[in-house]
Amino acid sequence: MSFGIKHVDLPDGPATREAFGDALAELGSDERICVVDGDVNNSTFTNRFMERYPDRSFNAGIAEANMVGIAAGLAAAGKIPVAASFSTFLLSNAFDQIRMSVAFPNLNVKLVGSHAGISIGEDGPSQMAIEDVALACALPGFTVIVPADGVSAAAATRAMIERDGPTFLRCGRPKVPVIYQEGADFHLGKANVVREGDDVTVIANGIMVSMALDAAAALAKEGVSVRVLDMHTVKPVDVAAIERAANETKGIVVAEEHLAYGGLGATVAMVVGERRPTRMAFVDVGDTYATSGTPEELLVQYGLTPQAVADAARRVLKD
Amino acid sequence: MVEIVATLYLGGVLRYDPAAPGDPERDRFILSKGHGAPGLYAVLAEAGYFEVADLATLRKLGSPLEGHPNMCRVAGVEASTGSLGQGLSIGIGHVLAGRIDKRDYRVYVMVGDGECEEGQVWEAAMFAGNHGLDKLTLIVDRNGYQQTAAVDEVQPLDPLDEKFRSFGFEVRSIDGHSLDEVADAFEWCRGVSGKPQAIIARTIKGKGVSLLEAKQGGWHGKPIPADEEAKALQEVGT
Repeated sequence: MSFGIKHVDLPDGPATREAFGDALAELGSDERICVVDGDVNNSTFTNRFMERYPDRSFNAGIAEANMVGIAAGLAAAGKIPVAASFSTFLLSNAFDQIRMSVAFPNLNVKLVGSHAGISIGEDGPSQMAIEDVALACALPGFTVIVPADGVSAAAATRAMIERDGPTFLRCGRPKVPVIYQEGADFHLGKANVVREGDDVTVIANGIMVSMALDAAAALAKEGVSVRVLDMHTVKPVDVAAIERAANETKGIVVAEEHLAYGGLGATVAMVVGERRPTRMAFVDVGDTYATSGTPEELLVQYGLTPQAVADAARRVLKD
Repeated sequence: MVEIVATLYLGGVLRYDPAAPGDPERDRFILSKGHGAPGLYAVLAEAGYFEVADLATLRKLGSPLEGHPNMCRVAGVEASTGSLGQGLSIGIGHVLAGRIDKRDYRVYVMVGDGECEEGQVWEAAMFAGNHGLDKLTLIVDRNGYQQTAAVDEVQPLDPLDEKFRSFGFEVRSIDGHSLDEVADAFEWCRGVSGKPQAIIARTIKGKGVSLLEAKQGGWHGKPIPADEEAKALQEVGT
């Protein structure tokens, strides 16, 4: 599927966290759905559900471990609990509760982390989840989703609720460009081809999908044809799409707003290494914590730009 | 702890049906101190969830009776536990689900006293007290010992009753080996309105077996030596 998007002037859309909040509120007539929020519901936008369904909404306070445990109990009693907080407080603070009370018993808990990545900006590194995808992917049975725009975040929210099993949905703070038209296909575990190409493939998720589209537009002017895959589901990853990319293009760039270890890059490399070794390059936060700054400044400083993606593609093609 | 768990399942406190372990109306017991699994398994077997003979497979490869409770493998086990501090939060989730669905089941959670060193216990206690969860009963197995030493040496908890009271619980302290006191305490719980309850049950590790009673804190996670087994079984009347 290709949307024929004029990626260089993608229109601004909502933040993925806001699209999630609206989609969740729309699903609220399903009485199995409950929300447990860690006192950040006006940041995660679970407040839009909580205002409409107060009897099924709980503010756990600043106590993520208890919040996740409560969600586990709700799920064990047949509910579909959505536990939401800043992604780093959810995954890092409550990791053992997620492991022991959710993953091990394979309970139907939906974890939603907002404010992921360095693009939260000025609040700085203590608030930035850049290990969260690695942590969630480490857990057996988990589905891990990193949507790229508002349309796909809403679709991911619906898919997450529909799916029976533990799921982590990673959302961001800033408004992001619109990539998909309303009603676009979205299936967990199936990458979307957002641009066709046959020289090199960029596999991205989250905010890096629009960057990859920008990079592809720039490279097209140099006569390089770039395929862009939106790998919104990191786990289970779309093995077939990766294998096709490895077979049909000359190399693969993976771009994500996450540390180098344990995220999308590592996941794709595992598939490539086993199925069809090819040249790869990685665009990510590396192996470091960031700092405070505007989102734009930080993305430049830590190399999460269309230019960085394009450079990585050129490196892959040069070798 | 076994007198308490046995009273719950075999003394008419819990409503449950081993033939319908997922019945949404059932009462729940969550063993947060997952290392007490052998005690829980023994009672679940007597209650009819599986054969008493299966107890001999405890901790063996292929057996669902793992070293700590696994709710996916053993009917009747309400929560997978073993990483301490998590059971009370899970119990709260069950209580809230019951509140949403207007069901009147009760939820009982047992923690160890050493386990109360975990911060999550107090996050959960704060939530339960502030939300007036009167369908929730916390039982503290106050045996006084944790892995390396007496609780009083590691992290003294007293006044534990006042701590729970200040978190919004009604509290009763009992002799955890007195079947009458245990049964009375559960009867008392049902009469408490608007607040969760905490039963602080003072117990002696290895109660009834002279070898174990003689060296409190010296048998954590250790089986009785083979040559002492017959005497120990005789002492507990088996």
